[in-house]
Amino acid sequence: MSWISYVIFFAVIALTLYITYWAAKQTTTASDFYTAGGSLTGWQNGMAIAGDYLSAASFLGIAGAISLNGFDGFYYSIGWLTAYLVVLFLIAEPLRNLGKFTMADMIGARFGAKKVRGAAALNTITIVMFYMLAQLVGAGALIKLLFGIEYWMAVLIVGTMMLIYVLFGGMTATSWVQIIKAVLLMLGTIIISFLVLMKFNFNFISMFEVMKTATPHGEAFLHSGVVYTDTIGLISVLIALVLGTAGLPHILMRFFTVKDAKTARSSVIYSVWIIGIFYVLTIFLGFGAAKFVGADAIIAENAAGNMAAPMLAGVLGGDALESFVAAVAFATILAVVAGLVLSGASAIAHDIYGQIFKSGNVTEKQQVAAARWASIAIGVASILLALGSEKLNVAFLVSLAFCVAASANVPTILLTIYWKKFNTTGAVASMLTGLIVALVLVAISPSVMNPVEGATLITGNPIFPYANPAIVSVPAGFLAAWIGTLVSSKRHEKDEVSYAEVRFKAETGYKELDL
Amino acid sequence: MTNQVARGKSTMDYEKLVQTEDFKGLVKRKKNFATPFVIFFFAAYFILPLLTGYTKVLESPAIGAMTWTWVYAFSMFVMVWVFTSIYMNKAKYFDDEVDKIIEKNVLK
Repeated sequence: MSWISYVIFFAVIALTLYITYWAAKQTTTASDFYTAGGSLTGWQNGMAIAGDYLSAASFLGIAGAISLNGFDGFYYSIGWLTAYLVVLFLIAEPLRNLGKFTMADMIGARFGAKKVRGAAALNTITIVMFYMLAQLVGAGALIKLLFGIEYWMAVLIVGTMMLIYVLFGGMTATSWVQIIKAVLLMLGTIIISFLVLMKFNFNFISMFEVMKTATPHGEAFLHSGVVYTDTIGLISVLIALVLGTAGLPHILMRFFTVKDAKTARSSVIYSVWIIGIFYVLTIFLGFGAAKFVGADAIIAENAAGNMAAPMLAGVLGGDALESFVAAVAFATILAVVAGLVLSGASAIAHDIYGQIFKSGNVTEKQQVAAARWASIAIGVASILLALGSEKLNVAFLVSLAFCVAASANVPTILLTIYWKKFNTTGAVASMLTGLIVALVLVAISPSVMNPVEGATLITGNPIFPYANPAIVSVPAGFLAAWIGTLVSSKRHEKDEVSYAEVRFKAETGYKELDL
Repeated sequence: MTNQVARGKSTMDYEKLVQTEDFKGLVKRKKNFATPFVIFFFAAYFILPLLTGYTKVLESPAIGAMTWTWVYAFSMFVMVWVFTSIYMNKAKYFDDEVDKIIEKNVLK
């Protein structure tokens, strides 16, 4: 790597540290720490959502998947964008109206029992850990490749940076890191896409003609079915993609950083445009890498294709562009892990410590201190796990996080808002069943069990046929909600708020305490 | 201390509030508006893998070498952008309704 990469890397680090310094001065209360005091505008939060959402899996992962598998890689782009319709039409506004800092707040606004909050916090921590592990392992591999430094050192660098942002700058710093990252990522992606299009003489249609013969797959590259030969397996993946987003704690948390539901709504619109344009451009990243880098070279660097985008940048724009894109990927990972640390910390400090152990009787100072300690705990735990997980497949970890989010969180979130009969037992049953079914099925799936020795964690024939179990685990989450609710419909749980109140507040955003 | 999420003794009669014609009308109009869109986008989304997995209808070229699979995929993007815009426009009317409900029934 040339001196240019060092300059760009240190520029990114210096800029984000300066922002953290500036944000630290404004971070005094728990609300500042978790939600930037609810002070973000629609476009700021829209950019931050895009920055939080477009992870290494989107940038490095999809580019690689399209370059190696053609249309099958593009399913991720379609699923992760359509997911925002679920968020916008069904969840964003009621969530903002009912919640305060966390997803558990929103469910707790109806079911006050500590076991409900506990289950929600457990799900949040599980999802955050899987997602963060994926980002850290990916970051380690990326930095190792670019700078030739050891994996463990790369993980430590990223881990330290994310902790600095969160500890000192809380949500304000995290949001601005995410906004800057969104700008850098869009810029990098647009430049590469432009160069790819130029190579195809700006003829979008003829690009497809060229791709017919550009890859080892031949014409199949342009059709569905290169990897997803089984339709049920494909549908299972698509369920996790489209529903998972609505249950990701670090994305849901972003809706509390704005002042009201109206602003939450407008931030979804901004993010949908940015994320949508980005996902359209993944076609150029993928096609370009397949054509100008070539499948053999991509696989030689990383079997999953994760290095396709930086390699393409190198081929098209030389060292300077490759360094820039690598810095973008680095910023991408930093922004996402910072958001993850924050949402994990909120589950520990706000939900478990503040609401469950202290029943909400904590001072502002105690809350902020707890949040910082929880950030350190989550950060250190994930760094330690990442250090021992160099060989884990990144895409598998991310899809697992989406599957757990879709199965364990989404049924409860939806039913809390929309189902009158839903009750405490139903909520706990749904959250735990979704979580356990998803984890158990993954543990006996082809992602974990493979007859080829050493290919996966366990050697042996997979018991469950699909790599992604959402097609079973999501219905299981809903079914458990229904059964749990039915068997306990006569029982009266204390701390349950009437559905009338929840419904009224969800629709109108009315809050008594504000009056 | 307002640290605990709003669950103090309620001073409002929510049972009565949700029974008002204004609120019932709002919920009904919202539901009538959103439901067709939600059904449509889920259907459009899951019909894609069914068509690519079980049929060959999307495999023929549509424009040049670009197959119908891609045209379908791109229309999903257009759908997302169009639906979000429609939602945004419609939501303004609901905001006004909400303001009126609060003004009339809560702040009276």
